[in-house]
Order: sequence, then C-alpha cells, then structure tokens
Amino acid sequence: MIEKQASAGTRIDRERVVDAGFRSETAATGSGNRIDAVFDRLRLKGRKGLIAYITAGDPGYEATADLVLAMERAGADLIELGVPFSDPMADGPVIQQASMRALAGGTTPAGILGLVRCLRRQTQVPLLLMTYYNPVLHYGLAAFAADAAAAGVDGLIVPDLPVEESGPLLTELQQHRVYLIPFAAPTSTPERLARAGQLAQGFIYCVSLTGVTGAREGLPPGIEEFMQRVRVCTDRPLAIGFGIASPVQAALMSKLGDAVIVGSAIVSLVEQYAAEREMMLQQVSALVGSLKQAISQVD
Amino acid sequence: MSLTRVDMPDAHGHFGRFGGQFVPETLMPALEELAAAYEQARQDPSFDEEFRYYLKQYVGRPSPLYFAERLTRQLGGARIYLKREDLNHTGAHKINNTIGQALLAKRMGKRRVIAETGAGQHGVATATVAAMFNMQCVVYMGEEDIRRQELNVFRMRLLGADVAPVTSGSRTLKDAMNEAIRDWVTNVRTTYYLLGTVGGPHPYPMLVRDFQTVIGVEARAQILEQEGRLPDCIVACVGGGSNSIGIFHPFLDDPVRLIGVEAAGHGIETGKHAATLSAGQVGVLHGALSYLLQDENGQVLEAHSISAGLDYPGVGPEHSYLKDSGRAEYVAVTDDEALEAFQLLTHTEGILPALESAHAVAYAAKLAPTMDGDKIMIINISGRGDKDVPSISEARGKRSEAGESLMKT
Ligand SMILES: Cc1ncc(COP(=O)(O)O)c(C=O)c1O
Repeated sequence: MIEKQASAGTRIDRERVVDAGFRSETAATGSGNRIDAVFDRLRLKGRKGLIAYITAGDPGYEATADLVLAMERAGADLIELGVPFSDPMADGPVIQQASMRALAGGTTPAGILGLVRCLRRQTQVPLLLMTYYNPVLHYGLAAFAADAAAAGVDGLIVPDLPVEESGPLLTELQQHRVYLIPFAAPTSTPERLARAGQLAQGFIYCVSLTGVTGAREGLPPGIEEFMQRVRVCTDRPLAIGFGIASPVQAALMSKLGDAVIVGSAIVSLVEQYAAEREMMLQQVSALVGSLKQAISQVD
Repeated sequence: MSLTRVDMPDAHGHFGRFGGQFVPETLMPALEELAAAYEQARQDPSFDEEFRYYLKQYVGRPSPLYFAERLTRQLGGARIYLKREDLNHTGAHKINNTIGQALLAKRMGKRRVIAETGAGQHGVATATVAAMFNMQCVVYMGEEDIRRQELNVFRMRLLGADVAPVTSGSRTLKDAMNEAIRDWVTNVRTTYYLLGTVGGPHPYPMLVRDFQTVIGVEARAQILEQEGRLPDCIVACVGGGSNSIGIFHPFLDDPVRLIGVEAAGHGIETGKHAATLSAGQVGVLHGALSYLLQDENGQVLEAHSISAGLDYPGVGPEHSYLKDSGRAEYVAVTDDEALEAFQLLTHTEGILPALESAHAVAYAAKLAPTMDGDKIMIINISGRGDKDVPSISEARGKRSEAGESLMKT
C-alpha cells in the first residue's frame, strides 16, 4: 500500500520528472482543473478570491453539504473540506475540536469522498481536501488519488507533507489531474520558496504566520515582505491563510495576494450553531458574504 | 566514546523506507538548520569533549554493568548483567540525550527549550539541563500522565520548568508531542525543541540515537572486560525506542541477539496495549514514517500501558527498519508481567526498576531460563522506579481487592 521509498538520489530524480511533467501541463490555461478555471476568471475580472474552510462531517455529512452550497452562494470561490485526523498537529483548538467532533460522529475519508460525489451533482465550485498524510497513506496513495478524482476533488492540501516527501503522492495525483497545493511559510528559505514556486499546481498556500490555524487579530508582522518574497518565485496565484477571521483583515490581506483563506472563524460558527441548522447556514453565509464583500472593495 | 558515523539514515533521514520529515513547511527550515548545526558539532572535537565532560562529571557515567548474581541463580539459566542507567543523575537514560541536545541548543543560540514527556523522566531531564545551562523551559505533559507521575511533575516545577498540561486527545504522550510541535511551529525562531526519543522528523531519530549510543559503547567495553566476550543477547524496553537503540546500536554488526520489549498492556488481543512493532501497521505520525497503532481509517489509536513512558502509539523509525530487516526482534509483555518483574528485581537484587525497564526484566525472566548457564544476557535498566511507587501501590491495591497477590516471589 505504501510506496517503497527509493534512495535519496532516485527520489530527487522522480521529483524532477514529475516537476517537468506538470509544468508543461499547466503552463497554458485550460488544464481542465476547476481551480485554474476559477483563478483565471478572477484574474480576468481583476478580483480577489475567497477560499472557505470547514471540517467535513462536523456536525454531519448533510450539514457539510448544506454548508458547501450555502458558502458558494454567499460568495466563496473555492472550498476546502478538512478531513478530520486524530492528531492535527498544524491546527489550533477550534479545528482540533471540530476534528474530534467529526471523528466521534463517524466521519471517514471514504465517507468524505462520497459526500464530494454527491455535491458534484449540484455544484462546480472547486473542492479541495485538506488532510494530514496518514489517512491518505492508509487508504492507499493510488486508490485515494483515483477515488478523489472520480468523486470530483480538484486538489489536496497536506500540511504535514513537505516537497521532500511529496514525490509518491504527487505521482499518483498527477495521473488524475488532481493538484497537490504546496505551502510557503514565513520561515521558508529562498531555495525552498523557489522550489515550491516551480512545483506549484493550482496556487501556493502562503502561511501568514509561524503558528497553527486559528483566528487572530490584526496583520502578522512581516507579511508584506514575505508575500513579496513568494511572489517573485512563481507566476501561480497566492492564497494567504492562517489567522484571518474578520472582513477587515481579509481586505488587508487580499491586497497582498490573490486569495484569502478563512477557516477557524467559520468553523467556530458551525460549532456555535450546530444544533440549529437554519441558523448555522444563515450565520455562516453572512460571514462568508461579508468577507467576500470586504475583499471585493479593495481598490 | 565518540559520536559514530553510520551509513543510516540518508540525507533526509530515511532508514530504508522509514523515517523522513513529515512536518509543516514552517518547520522544515528549522530541521535543516538543526541538521546543519549537528553536522558541524559532530565535526568539532570540542563538542564531543564537552559532551563527554558532562556525561562523566554531571551524569556520573560510565554507569555500571552489574552482574545480577541472585537473579541469575533464581532464574536458572543465562548469566544476567544489568546496565545501570537507573544510577544516572535524574534516574534514567534520558539525561544522556538532554545533555547532548542542550549543548546543541546552546551552540545554536536558543535560550528557550520545549519538550514533551510521558513518564516525566524526559521532562525532568530537560528541566535539569535547562536549569544548569540557564535556559527557559516548558514541558508539555498529558493530564493523564500528570496524574500518574505526580512526583516528576513536582520535580520539574522545582527545577524551574513550566509544566503545561495537555487536555487534548488521550491526554498522554502523543498529545503532549502534538502540543510541543504546535508550540515549536509558533516559536520556531527562538525555541529549541528538545525531543525525548528516537522518533519525530529527521534529524531527531539520528541525533538522539547518537547521544544514547554511549549506553551500548560502554556496555560493550564492560562486558568484554568482565567476561572476555560479547553477550549472547541484549534485552531493552521500547517506548519511542531511545534506550533500546542506544544499547543496540554498537552491537549491530556483532553476532548478538537484540530484543526490544514493548508494552502489551492488558494483552495485545484486548486492543489495550502499546505494542506498536508487534501489532501496528506502517503510517506517519509526528514527522516520521514508521509502525503505528491505527484504525482502518488511518486514525491513530490510543495506546495503553501501566507505564507512562511506554504509552505511545508510535515508535522510532530505525526500529521499524531493524524489525523489517530482521536484525532485531520485538516482543511484548503485559502490565501484570511487568509488575511481577518489578517485584522480582526488587526482591532479588534490591533494585527498583522503572516500570518501563520492568518490561525488559519481564521478558528476560522468560528467556533466561531457556538459555544455558554459559550464555550471557544484558538487560538495560533504563531507569529507576521511585517515580512509579504510587502507581505500583495503586495497582497492588486493585490486585489484592481482586484476591491476588503480588508477593508471590
Ligand atoms: C525509564 C524509562 N525507560 C524507557 C522509556 C521509554 O522511552 P524509550 O523507548 O525512548 O527509551 C522511558 C520514557 O519515558 C523511561 O522514562
């Protein structure tokens, strides 16, 4: 089930091959991936994108489906579904607890792929799965890539899979035109940013601060300089995430990139209104709507 | 001793297919920086000199290799030697690693160290070196372990460390490690993560191993001096795997059986155990690919062991490699067997082993009688049992209620 890890030398060669492979595929638009289509459309309109995150299965698959459709209607351009994991080391308390609730409710990777399959009958919004590596590895890399593609998943975001280790998964995903979104962090060295920039599919996930997910106030220090450093490394769109909760922050951040990612602030509302579905959908829609409006008003 | 150069792992920390660096991008540069600093330190004779100085003058090394005459007689088989890591300053092998890493942190100019701890031995060892080297220290510890290891919590606080209770998940070692990683991601520029075992992302499994090989290097020289030959087998307990890798490593190229003993908790068949190598499947947790206790969806399972130091669902990647390559064997003993072995060693030798180490004693007690009297066995007594006295009296209380007696030795 698990790729046998070749020696370091072979691994690097494989990365090079993979790298060359998808650059030629995505260099031109019309890759067939919904993520590219949305960013192309945003660019043509001169607009910034809003990426909304929720944890799948919290508080149930049906609620997740309703939330996805409501968030799309409220203005979310792309949607990330968190695959809950028992040990979410990159997440703060809000998403940790959402993950525990989803797991307690019996959420599984296979169930989430089923949910995506159902959603694809109703929406063409780009859907990305944010998952730690182990559930994917355990499912089987080849099987997961095939099933995710068949369900209609457009991309994977795997916070504990740096480029050094991403070769085996990338190879499988590439066969199905599912993207693996790379990360850039404020601590990333120029060499690492250059590599992420070259490898990038879809967009680059720029982590706004050194830390875990979770709402924070204001703008992280050094964010402008950091975004400039990433910008020069790639022609791919840049999405900024971690710590963005309010429309004011979203507006400021959106000036620095091509899209903003909001997670914990939405997940908190889901938690708060878990028992009242209509209220939950209204509250989440209102937040997503105000975030979208805020980033649209940037001059 | 010296920090031996070995051909494993490769540049990104792979032991065959195991190991690696499965961490958020934010931490990757920190791991690169750490690997570079360690490489530099290894090539600097003054680093090794300083390390050896503290091991000798502060830890009290070399630790004795003691011939356990009464235990040998009672079991009626192989001649049994005990490697006495319990006599180290702070009471366990953990201090070997914390001295090494604190020296590294100092070289790197980091003044704040963080650590995870299960039994509290690594936490105490970290708090100790932080006091000595004047560093700020935060130790993450699961609430369940804080309850089980009250004495060590008090010791850490006396040493000036901030013990941060972890309330997520199973509230044990794995959750403490998640929390330590979250702290590190947040404070990566100023903080040194002083990891306590041969797990986690590269270069930790390598550098912790290198600092712990002092156990095996000494044991090898000592047995050659005392017996004039190498031992037939070495038995050590495996939590994350640092004391066992430390004693195994210098014997890898010798014809010596290496046996790692995991915690079978209530019994592997009950599902309540911590026997990762015996009953786990390959997966990724805390930055490394290794054997892992997980369910059918790749969710990490809670481990169970009476011993907080073994209560972890993962294991260091080099052990996974040694298991698959067949170079080392891994077995498991239950809570009850470990408690009996605790009693056995206490009564025959007047040595209270840590509950972790009692697992090694328990398997040794099964194996020794099957061996001839001219065979030699070394058991690594990774730590002393003072910290476990409350848990043991609790367990004994439960047992006598159930009409059993622990006093049968
Ligand atoms: C005395 C003692 N032995 C063994 C262990 C298990 O760790 P490792 O397998 O890394 O040696 C611990 C961990 O806390 C310990 O305190």
